Amino acid sequence: MSITSLPSASTAADPPETVALQDSELTVVGRRHPWRWAGVAVVLVLLAMFVHGLITNPGWEWPTFFQFFTTRTIFSALGVTIRLTVYGTVLGFALGAVIASMRLSRSPFLQVVSWGYIWAFRSIPLIVQLLFWFNLAYLYQELSLGIPFGPEFVHFSTNNLFGPLGAAVLGLALHQAAYAAEIIRGGIISVDAGQLEAAAALGIPRLRQFFRIVLPQAMRSILPNAANEVISLFKGTSIVSVMAIPELFYQVQVIYGRNSRVVPLLMVATVWYIVLTTLLSIAQFYVERYFARGTTRELPPTPIQRVRRGWRALQLKARAA
Amino acid sequence: MSNAMVSLQGVHKSFGDLQVLKGVDLEVRAGTVTVILGPSGSGKSTLLRSINHLEKVDKGLIRIDGRLVGYRRRGDKLHELREREILQQRSQVGFVFQNFNLFGHLTALQNVVEAPVSAQRRKRSAVEPFALELLERVGVGDKAHVYPRQLSGGQQQRVAIARALALRPKVLLFDEPTSALDPELVGEVLDVIKELARAGDTMVVVTHEIGFAREVADTVVFMDDGRIVESGPPAAVLDNPTHERTRSFISKVL
Repeated sequence: MSITSLPSASTAADPPETVALQDSELTVVGRRHPWRWAGVAVVLVLLAMFVHGLITNPGWEWPTFFQFFTTRTIFSALGVTIRLTVYGTVLGFALGAVIASMRLSRSPFLQVVSWGYIWAFRSIPLIVQLLFWFNLAYLYQELSLGIPFGPEFVHFSTNNLFGPLGAAVLGLALHQAAYAAEIIRGGIISVDAGQLEAAAALGIPRLRQFFRIVLPQAMRSILPNAANEVISLFKGTSIVSVMAIPELFYQVQVIYGRNSRVVPLLMVATVWYIVLTTLLSIAQFYVERYFARGTTRELPPTPIQRVRRGWRALQLKARAA
Repeated sequence: MSNAMVSLQGVHKSFGDLQVLKGVDLEVRAGTVTVILGPSGSGKSTLLRSINHLEKVDKGLIRIDGRLVGYRRRGDKLHELREREILQQRSQVGFVFQNFNLFGHLTALQNVVEAPVSAQRRKRSAVEPFALELLERVGVGDKAHVYPRQLSGGQQQRVAIARALALRPKVLLFDEPTSALDPELVGEVLDVIKELARAGDTMVVVTHEIGFAREVADTVVFMDDGRIVESGPPAAVLDNPTHERTRSFISKVL
């Protein structure tokens, strides 16, 4: 097979132009994608098999699942999980933003402090850190405010300072802040240096340069990573079950410890994690879309717009037929 | 010093071991256009950027309208200004970049309005009509609510010029404003700059457009290897260069 034989082969494949049509009368035939349909068929079959298994296999114990899925205990546990996630995210990212800006500042002092923080909290396993905060009273029975090595002004009993939930939030937030700082810093340094230069050349004040010019553009690369962090924190809150905090995973363990229905109760937790992660993912899509303004000539359609367009196209086709 | 809008005295600048400016003296009179020519790496852009302190010079003094740039003199010592004061000074100088550097997430109008509002603390409601007027003046009045990426290169650069003008600067600096443009778009940007020259704005333009220099410049400055080789009216420098280096550069570019 030489390359020279190709043109003659393609000529042979072309049907002879029997009817002389004007160029303007030729019909355009869109490219067909048969393999897509084959792929869809395969995936649908696999999905059907999976769903069939879920329904028919008695091992899943669906009646037990529904018995517990919406009980008050589960809801209040879910509430604890959500609260841990929200506090962890908000405090973590707020502190993370401060640490990131310290790391990017021109002061070597702030840079080193920030680097040290990130180094420490990425090095210590989260579970160790949580247990440490939880057992702080074991190391330091009393905390006090005062002049270092000098007189003290206020005393706290460590046990009263924060309960288990406070210790959990503190641990999660401090841990989260180290990762959030790196994500925010990554977003900021990905913004073209020319943007800051232009802002400086225009005399825009430094704080404004950051919040008005750099941050909105950095958000594009911060958001997908930040969403990852929020979602992984949301599921990662299950780690505080070691502190006997009644969040979703801990509560489910307690229940199946009593009634030994392990599988359906794990499914209760799983389905709730899936539901809330789905909501977060949808929110992520729209927030990202908001920060994408100006990056392309036209924003890609939302899924809803896509479905509407597809439906309209189908209607038109039906009317034509 | 009398009516010099921009004056440079013995300006030196190095990047590491590389000496980019080796003692530059330059005076730009108010209301005139100075075009800086020279081969790549001759220090043209660095010179321009040091005029509004985007580059900090190692030695030498730069004044705009009689005021030192970046420093305050107390006795025989020069004290570095605070960042806020430097930013304040910069808002008196318009700078147009080779790559436009428009803010991609802001519309054309928002790009123009931003600095007068945040750097000069003027009222947004007062700045907006003025900004629209400026966009009109550079010929993109109908693109006020469009994002930069939806504009052609020539249109983006004209928005960038409007953005620089919005500060009502004493001096406008152009750093190769047409080098990133398609040949057919160069004309529309140069026309805008010519129009500003006619209106009497003080400008310093780094460019490779010899034709533009001949037509618009009051003074042409030729730089090579970090020094000003020769300067004078365009007819003298472009048609009758005295220096060998200038002659060979111009013969290559023309």
